Amino acid sequence: MTTLQDKATGEYEVKLGRLPTLTGKPTHYCAGCEHGVLTRLIANAIEELGLREKTVMIDSVGCSVMAHEYINVDAIQSPHGRAPAVMTGIKKVRPDLLVFAVQGDGDAVAIGLLELIYAASRGAPITVFLVNNAIYGMTGGQMAPTTPRGMVTTTTPRGRDLKDTGPVMDASKLLAGLEGPSYVKRVFLPVTPMGSTDLYSARGSLEGAKSVLNAFKVQLMGGFSFVEFVSTCSVNWKMSVLESKRYSFEVLAKLFPPGLYVDKMGVEKK
Amino acid sequence: MKTETEFVKGNEALALGALKAGMNAYFAYPITPSSEIPETLAKEFRSPEYPEFKIFLQAMNELEAINMVIGAASTGAKAMTATSGPGFSLKQEGISYAAAMEIPFLVVDVNRAGPGLGNLGPEQSDYFQATKGGGHGGYKTIVLAPNSVQEMAAFPALGFSLAFKHRTPVLMLVDAFLGQVKEDIVFPKIAQEKFETPWAATGARGAERHLILSLHLDFEDQRKHAEHLKSKYEEIDTMEQRSEEYLTSDAEVVLVAFGVVSRLCRRAVNELRAKGVRAGLFRPVTLSPFPARGLKSLADRGIRKFIVVELNVGQMVYDVKLAVEGKGSVDLIYKLGGFLPTTADIVHRVEMASG
Repeated sequence: MTTLQDKATGEYEVKLGRLPTLTGKPTHYCAGCEHGVLTRLIANAIEELGLREKTVMIDSVGCSVMAHEYINVDAIQSPHGRAPAVMTGIKKVRPDLLVFAVQGDGDAVAIGLLELIYAASRGAPITVFLVNNAIYGMTGGQMAPTTPRGMVTTTTPRGRDLKDTGPVMDASKLLAGLEGPSYVKRVFLPVTPMGSTDLYSARGSLEGAKSVLNAFKVQLMGGFSFVEFVSTCSVNWKMSVLESKRYSFEVLAKLFPPGLYVDKMGVEKK
Repeated sequence: MKTETEFVKGNEALALGALKAGMNAYFAYPITPSSEIPETLAKEFRSPEYPEFKIFLQAMNELEAINMVIGAASTGAKAMTATSGPGFSLKQEGISYAAAMEIPFLVVDVNRAGPGLGNLGPEQSDYFQATKGGGHGGYKTIVLAPNSVQEMAAFPALGFSLAFKHRTPVLMLVDAFLGQVKEDIVFPKIAQEKFETPWAATGARGAERHLILSLHLDFEDQRKHAEHLKSKYEEIDTMEQRSEEYLTSDAEVVLVAFGVVSRLCRRAVNELRAKGVRAGLFRPVTLSPFPARGLKSLADRGIRKFIVVELNVGQMVYDVKLAVEGKGSVDLIYKLGGFLPTTADIVHRVEMASG
């Protein structure tokens, strides 16, 4: 099996190739979309923990609503935005299970913000992975709470005007302000330009892989864990894949700076 | 042997009935006039008397509560929530998903007057919302309508039983009067049923996964799923219609009423009989499936006059009209605003209509 290793630190490997926790089915995700990357990182972490048969995933409404087609575990589809509540219900009855959802920014930060905040506030032992690509992907490119100022979307054809919509919502900072969460982290997932040429680094994926594993470990220790993955949506941003990576690096990385916001259990140090 | 009677409020009886039925998880959100249900359960939470009652959690709104119920029930637990009209509206989203995903649980609506905030008095105005699939997408649930505190205690067990048997959400439509009134009851001896839940999402077993899904993007998949649900609703309609009749065998006029109104109508029937009017009562116990066969057989026996008495502007009256297939007249006596009609009211109106 091929592995992708962080050579700088040598501390973590992502297994490539076929994993039993993946169905092997090609994903429907668009070219350049980070959902596909995250799918593998999640499968990798579940295998590392040996918990495939103890996992229940929520297919949350958005681009990850068919995640069960790719991640080979038990799955429940939740109403739009309600994944944290559904997970709370599961976990209350079956604390032995590993429960997680991949939510989009529309799902988690718009329609489902209350469910997210209160699951986090209670410290519910569940894991939310937020794929923040700053736009509604599945519904075809409408403005999300995370859409940067001035971005043209189908519902902000003249660019997002913060006078009308209020400021951009920062979910990680919001959750970090609560007492409940044990682990809140933001990872910049897109491949990163190295210098002025078209050389790119996958450091984000390795950071993401570690963060997924740590998030699960926190859940298993009884804490609420949340990882926001800053991502791209070239199709709805109306950019080429390369342009979308550059845009994410130039705009989103500043708007949503990566960082470890909460780590009560010290999993990052271990 | 002396039977132990207890003087209990309807909502409390319902809560205790759910515990005696072996409920595992309750997700709460307060709303008058249903709040004694979570309050009673909160008191009993962690009591050694109810070892199966493992989860009590107050949600931050009705959406959270119903989705927590979905999560808990998806693992095969007996889960429940209760609310009243405004909250019942919010729960419709979750009930629609659960109907699609065939997740069994119990939702109680203690029906107050509406629409909007209305007031806290009894109405039966959520009848349509409860019986016609109040959420999106065209589904049905089983709806039980108790008419006494005794039945408030007994119906949670019946509700769980029907829910797991047919893998469907089951609703209890209770008028606010029954939720609030106190009566002497004898708690029924309830055998706690254990249900087989091979579909429950509790972790894959090798290649075998449990997928609880409501998205069927392929039209043919959706068509098959919808046909499957339709067959299930037909089976429920065949198996689960429940009703009670009182003095219908020689009746010329039959009152049709559910919930607390059926109690008033029973007294009205007695008074009408004393005045020489051959009246009877037909009481739906399941509002969905609607006990149409029972009503139709009354019409087939030659009864030509049906009078529906309900606490709304006329909702069940349509189901009664459909059931009697035009073989008799179907009139409506209604009361609004949170009031109950008096027996004298009903008697007078029936006499006028029978005049």
